[in-house]
Amino acid sequence: MTAHDPTLPPRPNAAPIGYAYDEHDRAFVRERVAEFRGQVERRLAGALTEEEFRPFRLMNGLYLQLHAYMLRVAIPYGTLTSRQMRRLAEIADRWDKGYGHFTTRQNLQYNWPKLVDVPDILEALADVDMHAIQTSGNCIRNVTADHFAGVAADEIEDPRATAEFLRQWSSAHAEFSFLPRKFKIAVTGAEHDRAAVKVHDIGLRIVTNDAGEIGYEVIVGGGLGRTPFIGKVLREFLPRADLLAFLEAVLRVYNRFGRRDNKYKARIKILVHETGIDEIRAQVEAEFAAMDRAPFAYDGEEFARVAGFFGTPPYEDLPERSEALEKAKAESAAFAAFAAVNVAPHRQAGYAIVTVSLKPIGGIPGDATSAQMRALADAADTYGFGELRVSHEQNIILPHVKKDDLLALWRDLDAAGLATANAGLVSDIISCPGLDYCALATARSIPIAQAISKRFSDLERQRQIGPLGIKISGCINACGHHHVGAIGILGLEKKGVESYQITLGGDPTLDAAIGELIGPGVSAEEVPDVIENLVELYLAERQEAERFIDTCRRIGHKRFKESARREGEDGSGI
Amino acid sequence: MAAHRHPQILVASDLSLGDVVVLGASGWERDVASAKIAYDGAEAAALEAVAKAEAAANRVVDFYLVDVAVADGTPTPLHFREKFRFVGPSVRPDLGKQAARSEGDGR
Ligand code: HEM
Ligand code: SF4
Repeated sequence: MTAHDPTLPPRPNAAPIGYAYDEHDRAFVRERVAEFRGQVERRLAGALTEEEFRPFRLMNGLYLQLHAYMLRVAIPYGTLTSRQMRRLAEIADRWDKGYGHFTTRQNLQYNWPKLVDVPDILEALADVDMHAIQTSGNCIRNVTADHFAGVAADEIEDPRATAEFLRQWSSAHAEFSFLPRKFKIAVTGAEHDRAAVKVHDIGLRIVTNDAGEIGYEVIVGGGLGRTPFIGKVLREFLPRADLLAFLEAVLRVYNRFGRRDNKYKARIKILVHETGIDEIRAQVEAEFAAMDRAPFAYDGEEFARVAGFFGTPPYEDLPERSEALEKAKAESAAFAAFAAVNVAPHRQAGYAIVTVSLKPIGGIPGDATSAQMRALADAADTYGFGELRVSHEQNIILPHVKKDDLLALWRDLDAAGLATANAGLVSDIISCPGLDYCALATARSIPIAQAISKRFSDLERQRQIGPLGIKISGCINACGHHHVGAIGILGLEKKGVESYQITLGGDPTLDAAIGELIGPGVSAEEVPDVIENLVELYLAERQEAERFIDTCRRIGHKRFKESARREGEDGSGI
Repeated sequence: MAAHRHPQILVASDLSLGDVVVLGASGWERDVASAKIAYDGAEAAALEAVAKAEAAANRVVDFYLVDVAVADGTPTPLHFREKFRFVGPSVRPDLGKQAARSEGDGR
């Protein structure tokens, strides 16, 4: 598949950048759309009750939310083509309210579809090889991956071939369609973890062993939500040939022993915690040894074929240093700031990875208008072989931009309101929809993100503060990853008003840590002040190039806790 | 139910469109001001019975009673969650019921 319409001849610069559906895949997705159309018709005609219909709609990513239905569209490992992005924009205009919300699971949510329109929306998605299957329910969800896959300078191997293998294995997997609870898998192939592998049900790290062979470190039982856990290592080195069979064994053990009696204890993290990782390992290894592995036999040619879909684009031979870029930086401070903050090193000389922030100052984290989606698709076509990524930080990545083109790209992005130079900084806030949209929420999260973003609106000051992850959830389900925010914010209800608990020291990377509470809940109005105090203490205490999280770790939680305590408070209300 | 009873209205979601509706004097209404108010347990049970029949007739889903304060005959939900449902996202005044209200009927 190329990034462009398959009915047109491929463009000369079009790269193989995504898994190409075959006839089988297409027919399967079409059948599912037709089936769901029938189910919607029967529901509206009264032939199905809501109880009968709910599982069908959830199997197709359709929820009922606070103000309307919500449709969650799968974006496998966050990779999409410009053509798919344009289709997402068209759907937003035609059947929704002109925007979409990119999520921490690299998916896209529409907040306002009508039930009667959803079959047409799914049809429109199927036209571009997209769907909403397994974006809800107790099945293996959309597999996520490092958003710098295939281009990161620190990469051992592109994780998307593995993720695609897992997608094919897990899609419509009959035995694992009704697990005790939802199941989330993330894959990274780099030294640095940008996929939060330690807080997933299974996290896979592509590693090499002493013999130089490529395999996987398998981490199991991480997760956030009501009871957060950091995953534990199940296998230090799993040869690639065993990948599917081994994961099959893990899922079988979970399917058999997961706590179906209690929905709050049903995730694999609880099983691992209650049973102990050594016992789980013994069970998995026993299952793995006893099972018929033939159906999962590794086909190296097939892996190579799949990997081929994520091939190297036709890069030009360029010098590492771009004179045009250096000149542009010297001439524009605003551009220089963008280049310093939102541009990451690329494995190919003369190219760069660009993070397009969906966090304008005071904006709604993760939201993009249809016009912005089109601008992103255009930018991908003009500067990046038609390829885009969604990051779990709710931003969009353009993975292959020539350094010579960065200035032109920045101007185009700026015209679309997409040039905020804050990637990884204090206003690059992850936030779930919270009580502005979500039926499960106990408090709002977006307005908190907006207030903090406005408080720190000075981008120069943000750069001085440096990398700092603020993450906000509107309830204990932790969709906004607050547990792993260097500063985490959890919205709750206390005596009939919204109240916010603040945690400190969380980390989603390989040094994964769950943040600790720093004091009693505070009101919405107080949140920016508390954050300001924490940041001020950090600035006063930091040594040399220490990041916020490093200073937290060095000087300890207690000092920060004291800075957050306000007049007359003894912490008794926690 | 808490010992202290408040007046109540009945809230649901429209099945085919998904938007928030209240049970009014003559059927489902989009505006909370048109909600029929139950002042005691018997009236609340009557609202619930209608909603149950309506859900069975596949017109609404997810119905429940909501405590309200009544001023000049107009009900306002007591809890902030339900208040939001009748306004729209607080971060997008152009969306939800608040937007429809400024444009007229909005249906
Ligand atoms: C219809 C709206 C949503 C509903 C009903 C919902 C529901 C939930 C629930 C119940 C959990 C807890 C799972 C558990 O611990 O068993 C959860 C976790 C999570 N959700 Fe959502 N969510 C919604 C929207 C979102 C959005 C918008 C995002 C991304 C911004 C998201 C990403 C996540 C993530 C990353 C987790 C934590 C993963 C974990 O449990 O380890 N969800 N969600
Ligand atoms: S954390 Fe809670 S409020 Fe936020 S999206 Fe998840 S379920 Fe909704």
